[in-house]
Amino acid sequence: MTALNHSHIAAKQPERVVVGPPPVKIQVRGLNFFYGSNQALRNVDFDVITHAVTALIGPSGCGKTTFLRTMNRMNDQIPGARAVGTVLLDGTDIHGPDVDVTALRRRVGMVFQRSNPFPKTIYENVAFGLRIAGIRDHYVIDEAVENSLRLAALWDEVKDNLNGLALQLSGGQQQRLCIARALAVKPDVLLMDEPASALDPISTGKIEELIEDLKSRYTIVIVTHNMQQAARISEYTGFFYMGELIEYGPTVKIFTTPSEKRTEDYVTGRFG
Amino acid sequence: MMADPAAVHVTTDQGAVSILSHRRFRFLRHVSPLPILTGFLTLCVVAMLVIVLWNIIAGGIGGLTWEFLTASPTEGMTKGGIFPAIFGTVFLVFLMTVFAIPVGVATAVFLRYYARPESKLARLVRVAVNNLAGVPSIVFGLFGLGFFIQFVGRGIDKAFYGGDLAFGQPAIIWASLTLAVLTLPVVIVTTEEAMRAIPRDYIEASYALGATRWQTIRHVVIPNSMTGILTGGILAVSRGAGEVAPIMFTGAAYYLPYLPAKLNDQFMELGYHVYVLSTQSPDVEKTLPLLYSTVLVLLLLTFALNALAVVIRMRLRLRQAG
Amino acid sequence: MSEGKSVAPHVPNMGPDWQQYSVRPGDRRRDLWMGRLISAIAFSAIAAIILIFLFIGREAAPVITSSEVHQEVTVAKMIVPLETRPGKPKMYLWQPVSETPKYSLPPLLLGSLKATLVAILFAAPFAIGAAIYSSEFAPPRIREMIKPVIEMLAGIPSVVMGFFALMVLASVLKDTFGWKFRLNATNAGIALGIAIIPVIYTVAEGALRAVPRQIREAAQALGATPWATARRVILPAAAPGIFAGVMLGLGRAIGETMIVLMASGNAAIWSPHLTDSIRTMSATIAAELAEVVNGSAHYHVLFFIGALLFLLTFLVNSLGELYVGRLRRRLTGVSG
Ligand SMILES: Nc1ncnc2c1ncn2[C@@H]1O[C@H](COP(=O)(O)OP(=O)(O)OP(=O)(O)O)[C@@H](O)[C@H]1O
Ligand SMILES: [Mg+2]
Repeated sequence: MTALNHSHIAAKQPERVVVGPPPVKIQVRGLNFFYGSNQALRNVDFDVITHAVTALIGPSGCGKTTFLRTMNRMNDQIPGARAVGTVLLDGTDIHGPDVDVTALRRRVGMVFQRSNPFPKTIYENVAFGLRIAGIRDHYVIDEAVENSLRLAALWDEVKDNLNGLALQLSGGQQQRLCIARALAVKPDVLLMDEPASALDPISTGKIEELIEDLKSRYTIVIVTHNMQQAARISEYTGFFYMGELIEYGPTVKIFTTPSEKRTEDYVTGRFG
Repeated sequence: MMADPAAVHVTTDQGAVSILSHRRFRFLRHVSPLPILTGFLTLCVVAMLVIVLWNIIAGGIGGLTWEFLTASPTEGMTKGGIFPAIFGTVFLVFLMTVFAIPVGVATAVFLRYYARPESKLARLVRVAVNNLAGVPSIVFGLFGLGFFIQFVGRGIDKAFYGGDLAFGQPAIIWASLTLAVLTLPVVIVTTEEAMRAIPRDYIEASYALGATRWQTIRHVVIPNSMTGILTGGILAVSRGAGEVAPIMFTGAAYYLPYLPAKLNDQFMELGYHVYVLSTQSPDVEKTLPLLYSTVLVLLLLTFALNALAVVIRMRLRLRQAG
Repeated sequence: MSEGKSVAPHVPNMGPDWQQYSVRPGDRRRDLWMGRLISAIAFSAIAAIILIFLFIGREAAPVITSSEVHQEVTVAKMIVPLETRPGKPKMYLWQPVSETPKYSLPPLLLGSLKATLVAILFAAPFAIGAAIYSSEFAPPRIREMIKPVIEMLAGIPSVVMGFFALMVLASVLKDTFGWKFRLNATNAGIALGIAIIPVIYTVAEGALRAVPRQIREAAQALGATPWATARRVILPAAAPGIFAGVMLGLGRAIGETMIVLMASGNAAIWSPHLTDSIRTMSATIAAELAEVVNGSAHYHVLFFIGALLFLLTFLVNSLGELYVGRLRRRLTGVSG
């Protein structure tokens, strides 16, 4: 319902020499989502901007996770779940008949709320996606594992223990390992569902720094319950309430001069 | 609490009654017949187990020598050992698992990762598995004879052996296939239980990395349910090793001077050996000590396998908990 | 890749090539074929049930349809008393290998009935009692010890139980009660009973445990004694489950073969006494099938008995399952 006001955004980004509207990575129009007869998303219009961090906020149960998971069709897994509407990734309808959902998921990576490394070694966790993709060459895999772990700011902590079990890492390290694992397959977009919600402040800080570093290369969509976090790391923010996208725009605007009363109440902590 | 005199009055009044009933309550608890009666019945069940086990161990332990385990029967089965029967049993259950485990695991994978949980097909498979578990073992024997030997075996003979008898007769392959059908529910149920315990997170992580369904099953589901599959296999083996009725007319032999080497050979088997020796021996007095030892071997085999399954499961639970 | 309908004209199609993310054709093919294979294999359980039904039916059918078999036996002749010698009263006889073979089913049905009856009467009190004890009264440590006992009892192969009944139990019972025959309905029934205790116990204990705590505590809060709580509240709530356990035990007992084959004497006598020998349906098949000529009337009659046994256990088990379902609904409060 509230699609992005593009002129405003263009004005908000002086550092990028962009004339006209910013490039849209994912364009969502008229998205409705149903779990059986229960409607979780109502007519959502949304533009995810390329090489930026977009934050999704809103009270519990408002449909943030559902929205995030429609973007790489993870919800296909759920029996009885159904998405109606268009989701275009670089102009390609992701529900289109020619789109292979596995390829889509390689292109749109995901990090979950609960860190979920496989019960394997650190090395094998990061290498999983590569092996799945059919890469056999040791050197290629070694290099990709190192690069991904460096990107995820975990390399220095685990480089001497690559064959240690992933489940023996701390919670924060496990979550960064999951990020490294997602990065190893070189995705184009990275979806993150409350990646720091279960972590201590120091680990959270590390993940935020990491996201800051990643956004030059990736398009990132992140769900968070932490207002400060959203304000700190994101360029754009969308506020969801009861399955509807109430307001969407540059983060600064959402947090300082929201146009909707409900947005203001939520970001100032008056409800939610 | 003390403020309202009426309330105090009520409290005292009810207190008197409740003390009375409380006394009655405790009094009854001590003589209450139910805990004593049911406790006694439980003790009887334990006693039954102890008596059966004790009798067999006491009767069989003396004859349990190395020679007994490694020699062939001699002198009309009144002397010697039971090696051919042990060998036949092991061969039989080995073949059985070769058939039962892949089919059982595939069925469990289907129920859990391919079928929608409430779909008609999934429900039909579950009903079939349930019913299969309730079919009497002698009916499996009839099925083995009627289907595997008379239909499949004869069919093979007609097609490849010009009608000569090769597979259309009792043989270890048919007995093990029959047992595989019988133990299929055990494998399916145990494997599915193990797969249910795999965190959904692992599966989602795999899909999110762009793994296909088969890759997810091959690299995440199967490795993580290996203990469950193993347990299912062991329980199936323990069950299969103790069954006699399904193999009586599908391949087990009373006595064979050679060990089974080909799939269409007949074989000796521990349980069948026990049955034959105890009902058809010309001189029961003479064979009884050997018989007891054979029963003991069979019992130890099945119990050891069961215990192994219990230990594996317990370790699995502990690992999941911790 | 597909050119999806571009809703807003300003969306540039400038992302990376889909090609670099696509799944290798080999992996896709494997995914497809393994999916088909797994789905096909999943039909084996259904196929097994159907094949059992078909192939036992196929070998049993001649008893009803084949005129060749009818020269020796018909269904009618299997259920009515038979002429033996002129002048003598008609009798039920199971003499499949005499000069004029006789195939009366009633003695076999009676034999199965007697063994099953004794087994249930013997097993139910112990199994249900133990289930009540371990779910209501046993301290946790004792409860933990009962479980392996039951599992071990369930793990005893039936041929071992048959051996024990044949060699030990029969002599003990005969000496104690001074019976004429060592091997009889009671002896086999008791051994059978021991073998089905675990089935009844497991289902009954599950049902008792499934009774919600609140019901229990509410009854005790009202001042009910443990005896009254158990008798008036818990037992009625768990009754369908206990009944289901008994039914499933019954299903096991009817079909059980080795124990009755070894411990019942195998004489097909039309007699009401529980101390006479019996010949059950299952034991008849086990004892005779190895010796019959394939395709003979006798062979088909044995399959016919197998078919009866299959249907009978199927019915009894279904009844048990029905009650398990009913219990679940009652305890979860879903009507239906
Ligand atoms: N698998 C499911 N089956 C049925 N309903 C679901 C399922 N997952 C979510 N829902 C429902 O959809 C709605 C949106 O859920 P969603 O998980 O998207 O919310 P959320 O905004 O992510 O909440 P939170 O902040 O608690 O994570 C909720 O009402 C929820 O109950
Ligand atoms: Mg969520």
